[in-house]
Formats: sequence, C-alpha cells, structure tokens
Amino acid sequence: MTGGPVIPEFGRGSDCVRENHAFCWGWVQDNWSGLLWPRLVEHVQLTAIAVSIGFVIAFAAALLAYRFGWFETPFGTFSALLYTIPSLALFQLLVPITGLTVTTVEIALVSYTLLILFRNILSGLRGTPPEVLEAARGMGLTRMQTLLRVELPLALPAIVAGIRIATVTTISLATVAAFVLPQGLGQPILGGLRTFFQTKFIAAGLLAVALAIVADAALVLVQRALTPWVRVKRVQ
Amino acid sequence: MSLLGVQYILGAQGAVFVDAVRFVADNASFVGGKTVEHLLLAGAAIGISIAVAVPLGVWLGHLHRGSFLAISVGNLGRALPSLAVIAFGLPLFGISFTNVLVALVVLAVPPILTNTYVAVDGIDRDAVEAARGMGMSGPQVLWRVELPLALPLLFAGVRTSSIYVIGTATIAAIAGGGGLGDIIVNQASYRVEGVIGAAMCVSLLALAVDGLLAAVQRAVTPRGLRAGAGGEPAVVAGSSG
Repeated sequence: MTGGPVIPEFGRGSDCVRENHAFCWGWVQDNWSGLLWPRLVEHVQLTAIAVSIGFVIAFAAALLAYRFGWFETPFGTFSALLYTIPSLALFQLLVPITGLTVTTVEIALVSYTLLILFRNILSGLRGTPPEVLEAARGMGLTRMQTLLRVELPLALPAIVAGIRIATVTTISLATVAAFVLPQGLGQPILGGLRTFFQTKFIAAGLLAVALAIVADAALVLVQRALTPWVRVKRVQ
Repeated sequence: MSLLGVQYILGAQGAVFVDAVRFVADNASFVGGKTVEHLLLAGAAIGISIAVAVPLGVWLGHLHRGSFLAISVGNLGRALPSLAVIAFGLPLFGISFTNVLVALVVLAVPPILTNTYVAVDGIDRDAVEAARGMGMSGPQVLWRVELPLALPLLFAGVRTSSIYVIGTATIAAIAGGGGLGDIIVNQASYRVEGVIGAAMCVSLLALAVDGLLAAVQRAVTPRGLRAGAGGEPAVVAGSSG
C-alpha cells in the first residue's frame, strides 16, 4: 500500500516502472494486449448491455406515459429515486441478493440510465407540434402510424441526446463497478490505486476518459446521420 | 418485528440486511460520526464549487458570451469517470483530504457552471429589456431580474452536483477522503453487515439531502415561475457518483 519497489509487478521491467514514475509508456505497450485492451472491451460490453436494456425499459415506460399521462409520475419518481442512490452503495446493496456477478453490475447500471432516457424520450414525444399531429390525423393516419411515422422520427434528436448522456454516464459508473466485479477499466484503476502503481491507474483512467469522449462523439455522428433534417437548426 | 418481516420477504439473504441494520444500531455513534464526516467533505466541495462556478456562470450568462466554454465544460465533466478523476489527483496530492476535495470540486463544478450559464443566458430578453426601460442599471438588472429568474435552474445544478458529490465522496474513501465510504471500502474490518449498513446510510443520506434541496429549490423559485419551472432537476449534466 505504501508504494515503492516491493510490489511484484514492479520487479521486472524498466527503471521507469521500478521507480514508479507517473507514466511509463513501455509498461502500457507491454500490458496493452494482456490487460488494458481486454478491460476496455469488457467496459464497452458492460456499457452497451446496460444502455440497451435501459433503453428498452425506458422506451416502453415513455410510450406508456405518453399514452396514459398518469404513468409519468410513478415511473419518474421511481427512476429519480434510483438515480439518487450512490453507485457504490447500490452495487454493495445488490451483492447479497445477486452476488458478485455481472447481473449485479448491470442491474445497477441499468437503473441509472432509466431517468435520463425516460425523460428525454418522453419530452421528445411531447415536443411534436400540435399542427403536425393535426395534419397526420387529417391524412387519415391511425394512432400507430402517427407514432411510427411522425412522432418518433420527430422525437429522434431528443432520444439520441438522451442516449448520449446515458452512455457517457454509464461509462463513468462502470468504473465504480470494479469494487464488486473485476471487469472493465475500473479494475486496473482500482488495482493501481491499491498498490499505488501510478502508470496503471493513470493509463486506465485516461482510457476511460477517452472511451467516454469517443462514444459521445460517435453518437453525435449517429444522431446527424439519423436526422438529416435537423441540421439546419441546432438541436442539443 | 419489522426486521423479521424483511427477513421473511428476502429469504436467506435478508439476514444480511437485518444484520446490517443491527450493525448501524450497535455502532450508532461511530456511523453517525462517519456520516458527519461525509457531510462535511461533501459540503466543503459543494461550497467551493458554488463559489467558483456560480459567479463565472452568471457573468458569462449575463454577457451572453462563452457558451462554448460553459457547455463544453459541462459535457467534458460528464465524460470524466469519478474514479479516474480521483486517481489522477493522487500523483499530485498523495493520499489526502486535499486530493479528494480537489477531485470532488472538479466533478461538481461542471453541472453548476453549465446550469448557471444556461439559466442566466436563457432569461427572456423581453424581461431584461423591460428592466432596462424602467431605468435599471446593469448590476440592478442582474440582481433584481436575472438572478431571481435564473435561481430555479441554477439551484437545480447545485442539487445535481450535491447528489453527485455525496455519491462520489463514498468512492473517495479509497484515496483518504473519510466518511461513510471508509466503511464501505473496508470489508476486511467491518464485514458484510458493516458494508451493507454503511451503504444503506449513504443511500438514505443522498435521498434526504435530495429531498431537502428539492424543498429549498421550490422555496427559492419566484412565485410567478412556480407553475412552470422548478421541482425536477434539469438533466443538463452530471450523474450519480
């Protein structure tokens, strides 16, 4: 815990690693394929699963709330409650129920995506201008057709904006998951912190930040590709 | 009786939760002390963040300038994993209260700055025009018109950050922050029941503070705005820690 050259990882390798400098590029190269890359892949998987499941639940809930207004308050309150609980506490509270498993991590991660996705999808759907709905009805579209062809496409920018926030948030929270599951980039960060091996936690930390920024940028591109018509006026 | 009920509903696993409640009850003064420590750390971080971010956000919003800065800081802040920020500070400050405080401030500033900027920048220009027309000076417009109107959204940012900081302070225990996280990250000393008990306490703490801030937010909302705004925190930036 005190640092210094007694920890096994420090034994072999360059002077940089043995003297525990802030950042040793050589160590990163040596451990890229064996440690950092697999953790990065796991991190992407944890995030993708959580955002996908969260999206399905939030989408269904938002449709329900759009159709039946009374549903908004209970689901909104429930998801806000989950969102407020600190992540490390939620992970630990789930451990006695679902164990030190991926399930535990995913339940917690999904629960944090719900509030953001639900609010964004719902406000996107509600943002449909009344005259557009009027026109759709005038054209003889059924309720389902209106939803699929008018309301959802118009809500798309708000929906993708929600997915962006949820994804970046989940990437951040997934690092905390390392406290209960040795997966994802949180694992080398936490391992590095516990042994005070600086290169390890700095490299993994930088990777986590880079992943969040790249994911956010990629989703912006998806958003632009899906909604060419909004490019004229900026929608955030 | 109610504890037995919990045990019955959750089955065998319920025993852990019952033990956790017992742990908290048996060590009330210890857990209470950690809770106070937790609140002091979070309070200090939020206080510093408000002192930094609110004047800057108000100033930029008042001038309608620097939207790129204010919005990018918000987006970047969201992309910073809390655990990584705590890690980055360690080589600079070592395992210390300072490191944790700096990390928490770094994480808490973006939502407050972005919300403050958006709140002041987004005020109805007509209201500002009217105030000018009434002969108010720049500072008077700021104090009597812009700030009161911006307060609900500004406060929503403070609320988001506060909850984030309470959550992240839990993680910060691994870097010497103290507080309830000390118990949660030290299963070797406090065993499962201690970890679960502290997790319950920190969850209740976050919910209580959020409820309190929601009430304050309603109270600071000018009467004219109460029907529309307020209540819900704006998801402009930030996340649970």
